Order: sequence, then structure tokens, then C-alpha cells
Amino acid sequence: MPRLSYRRALTRALADELTRDEAVFLLGEDIQVGASLVTTGLAKRFGTDRVRDTPLSEQAFTSFATGAALAGLRPVIEFQIPSLLFLVFEQIVNHAHKFPLMTGGQCSVPVTYLVPGSGSRTGWAGQHSDHPYSLFAHVGVVTVVPATPADAYGLLVTAIRHDDPVVVFAPAGAMDVRDDVDDLVPVPLGRGRIHRFGDDVTVVAIGHLVHDALAVAEELADQVSVEVFDPRTLYPFDIDGLTESVARTGRLVVLDDGNRSCGMAAEIIASVVERVRLLAPPRRVTRPDGAVLPFAPALDRAVQPGRDQLATAIHLTMKDSA
Amino acid sequence: MTDADPVRLYRTVRLIRRFEQRAVELVHGGQIVGGIHPYLGQEGIAAGVCAALGVDDVLAGTHRGHGHVLARGADPARMLAELCGRVTGLNAGRGGSMHAADLSIGVLGANAIVGASGAIITGAVWAHRRRGRDTVGVSFFGDGAVNEGMLLEAFNLAALWRVPVLFVCENNGYATTMPVAGAVAGSIAGRAAAFDIPAVQVDGQDPETVRVAASAAVDRMRAGGGPELIEARTYRFDVHHTFEHAVRLDYRPPDEVTRARTRDPVRIQGERLRDSDRAAVDAEVEATLDAAVRFALSSPEPDPADALTYLYASGLTARTGGGS
Repeated sequence: MPRLSYRRALTRALADELTRDEAVFLLGEDIQVGASLVTTGLAKRFGTDRVRDTPLSEQAFTSFATGAALAGLRPVIEFQIPSLLFLVFEQIVNHAHKFPLMTGGQCSVPVTYLVPGSGSRTGWAGQHSDHPYSLFAHVGVVTVVPATPADAYGLLVTAIRHDDPVVVFAPAGAMDVRDDVDDLVPVPLGRGRIHRFGDDVTVVAIGHLVHDALAVAEELADQVSVEVFDPRTLYPFDIDGLTESVARTGRLVVLDDGNRSCGMAAEIIASVVERVRLLAPPRRVTRPDGAVLPFAPALDRAVQPGRDQLATAIHLTMKDSA
Repeated sequence: MTDADPVRLYRTVRLIRRFEQRAVELVHGGQIVGGIHPYLGQEGIAAGVCAALGVDDVLAGTHRGHGHVLARGADPARMLAELCGRVTGLNAGRGGSMHAADLSIGVLGANAIVGASGAIITGAVWAHRRRGRDTVGVSFFGDGAVNEGMLLEAFNLAALWRVPVLFVCENNGYATTMPVAGAVAGSIAGRAAAFDIPAVQVDGQDPETVRVAASAAVDRMRAGGGPELIEARTYRFDVHHTFEHAVRLDYRPPDEVTRARTRDPVRIQGERLRDSDRAAVDAEVEATLDAAVRFALSSPEPDPADALTYLYASGLTARTGGGS
């Protein structure tokens, strides 16, 4: 079985789709040299017309992609910095996302927004460390956050083939994950994955935090049986899959690298408790309300959801239902 | 490619004029909700520019967008049905006045976000040309848009990548109530010059003058040239939005309005026709609009159960907001 890194899985997905479909092209800043180390070699292989470097004009090139999609192409935009999504939120939400409805079904806007290195990259401080996936779920843009190399490949391929806009968050904390991967295949949207079965509590973990949840589950294995559920797609969300899991365990903890208020964890918990009577109040481990990541590494870590917090939340949930 | 027929040019401005007047009546009658931004007085620009376009070309407009859609050849009946929120509308009643679109004829939509159309059209034209078509595009915007960074970024992209987009600034003197002098440092043409985009100023009240300038620009673009800009000086004869018919806002001197109204694009173009030709066009336009109003008002309203049909082109369905 070949070892594949998450980062290389993204590269493979881009290369495979560029090969498969002439309508696919890449757009972004410094992608010809591959500053993010994801688009490495693609300009040489597919030409600078299909792997296009842009000036620092995020709003224009995001809407340029919308126009190109309206004309039948399938653009993929790479954003090196997650906070750039704030700058182009208008172009994605008000135009790309709204055009199919507003035109009464006259068009589709198949654009993929790829953010390699979302969330904290220790030391990049306040304006480069956000993880704004909940915003896109809120407005109804398809949002995926793969945790593993196989899912990074499969979900990026699916995103590119999808007929609506899709934001792909590739967390910095997952970029160096390596796995033995047998098959590189498309992964369907809206289908979660149980990485580890358990009986006592379901932990929903998003993106790179899946690996933290698995580590904590292993650490606590002699005290509590933890199931780890990875939604993979945040919108649409696999509520049926999660409901099935929580119906078995009766307890729910959510580990989410977004801010607490109006975050994904809140939505996930609400969606579950609408359907399932839990044995204990659900808990969430998130960034604080309104978090701005401070620069100093110890402060940066203090604001991100951590393994200790997750272990504590699991213990409290068990205690609450004892 | 250019349609230089003065009768057809007159028909377009006359159609837009009477369409807008009928639409204002329907706003006052309550059949069009939400009001409209009438294109009255600016008809010559859409008519002149669209007369210079070919079948493969694309355009996108503004919140004051009815003229662009009609001049491009959209069915007035389906356009009016859209304004009335009917299923037979261009957008199946999902877009309304500010989002009317007909992609089958290259109208990528009126767009209610000021300055948004430039980058969208640039991308669409680039994509069509990459797919082997000889497409050029038009991005219509008002004087207010020249202070939007998004549009200036689009100027740069189009010029840098030599994408043949005709940027048409409809300078009617006011961004809602803000006069150009209070909002624009430098000049509109000067913004184009900064990107080495050729720019001309034309009298937007004369449809033929606009057509000639647009045709020359389109010819140069088809011959391999990059983007160009036309600043069409114009004046809106009526309100920014029909809400002003109920709430009078005091920002344009009455004598300025009266003076501007003497330069009427419909009259200017009409005087180039024989009386009998003009009368025939007027009658045909009235009949077309009578039929359009009947069609719109007799068309069914959409079923509330279908409110979010078309939300996703992929067929994804959204969870409902209800409590069950």
C-alpha cells in the first residue's frame, strides 16, 4: 500500500481532474510555483493557461471564476490564507451561490474554493489563522473539511465535479498527515465516516481534530468507549449517520475548531437533540467566543480546542449521566 | 455584425421607454412589488451598445437593468412577467427587477451589487474565447461603481489578460442621491487610462452616437484588442427608485431636471425616421406591450411549496425551516 500525504492527495486530485476534464482550470496567487506546495508541478504539466497566476485581486478573480463557470468551465481557486474568504464572502455568497436560484434555474456555478492550510499555522497570528467554515454552512454553500489523505483526494475530486460552488477547507493541522491509501476514489458529499466504533459516547470531530479525537479515544480506552464520527462534509451534513451513532451511544461531544457562538458545534448539537433523547447534556469543545488567535505559540494553542479539553468534556458527559 | 438600421434602433429605445412607463404604472397599481429602478432617459445607451453586438456576445447589467435585458432582445412579455413575480417570467419569478436574466441570449443578469458585473463578464468572455468562440462582452455600470474596488480590479484583470470587455459607464450624474462631483476624485476616463484601457466620452442621449462608438470599440476588440471603456453621459428622467414617487427626496435642482429632459433619446432617434415609420413602430410597440401586460397579469404565481426550487443546480435539497 502506497503512503500518501494529505498535501499530495490534494495535488493528485487536481492533476487527475485537470487530466480528466478540459473545462477544469486553476486560478490563484503563486500557484505556478506552488507556494502552498499543493499545486507543485501542475503549471509545467498543464500549462500556464490552465494553471493561472493572478494579481492580488481576490474579489475580481473570484467573480472572474463565477463568469467562467457561467460560460461552462469548472474553475478551482486556491486561497493561500483562510482569512481571504472574508474578503470574497460577498462574491461567493451574493453571486456564485445565488445565481442558480435568482435566475430561476438558468445556470449552474461549479466553482471550487480550495483553502490549503486553513486554521492555525502556529505563529501566523490574528489575520492568517481563522477557520470560517461555519459561515459557509450558514449561507448554504457546500462546505467540506477532509481529515485524511483519502478523503482529501476524494472530496476535492467530488467538489470539482459538483455543479454548485464548494468550499474545501484543508486544515493546516492535517496537511502533513500520511496514510496507507489503497484506492483513490471520489467521496460523496454529505456522508460522514465513523473512524472508531464505541459504545459510551459519540465524539464528532471536524477536520484535523479527528486525529486528536482518535488519540484521546485511545488514551481513555480503558475508562470509556468512545466513538469518533467525522462528518467530512459540514454542509450538507450527514445528520442521519450521526443520529444513528448517537442513538446507540446516547451521549454527544463535539470538537470544533470554530468560534463557539453560532458555530458548527452548536448546529450539530441542535440537530441531534431535535432527534435523539440524550442520556446527558451534550458538550462542545471549540475556540472561545469571538476568538482572535494571538501570536505567541502558547497563546495560540490556548485558544484552539485541545485534547485535554476533549478528555475533560468526555469525563463530564459520562459523570452527568452516571 | 452591427445593426445600423435607424428604425430598429428607434424601436429599441421606444420599447424600453414604454416598457418602463408601463412598469411604473404596475408598481403604482401594486402588481409589481418592491418597486423598480426606471431606466427612463438612459434608453439610448443600452440600445446603442446592444446594436453593436453579435449573437455570441454576453453582457451583464445593473440594478437599473431593464433596458439592457430588453435591448439585447429578451421577450418583453416574459420580462414583465418576471417583474410581476410570475412563473412565466424570465427567471420563473425568482429574480425580479434587479436580477432579470436571460442566459439563452447572453444576458448574465441585471446585478444589484454595484460594480459586480465587470469581473463576472471578464471571466465569462475569457472562458468563451478559450472554448473557441469570438465572444466579446459588455459590463454596464453607473458612475457610482467607479469607486468600487471590485470594478477597478476587474479593469486590471481584463487589461492584463487582454479580455475584450467593453466597460460602459452610464454616468447619469448621481449615485442614488450623491452627485458625481461629491464622489469621484479624478475622472471616470482617467480610471481607464490608469490601466491603459482606451476610453471615450460620448453623448449617451443620442442612441446613434452610442452605437457608432460601441461598434468601433467592438470592431477593435474582435480584431484582437483588449478592453475598452465608454463613458456615456446621460441623465435619468425619473427617480432612482420608485419609492421616491411616495417620498420626495430633494437632491436634483428642478431646472436641471427640466433642462436634461429636453435631450430625450427617444425623440432624438425618432426624428431620424419618417413620421409614418415612427407611427408604425409606436403602434407595434404598444401592441407588444399590451400583450406583455396581459401575459404577465394572467400568468400564474409560483407555488409557495416551490420557494427554494433552483437553490442548487446540483439537485441538493435544503432542510426546511419549519418546526416539525
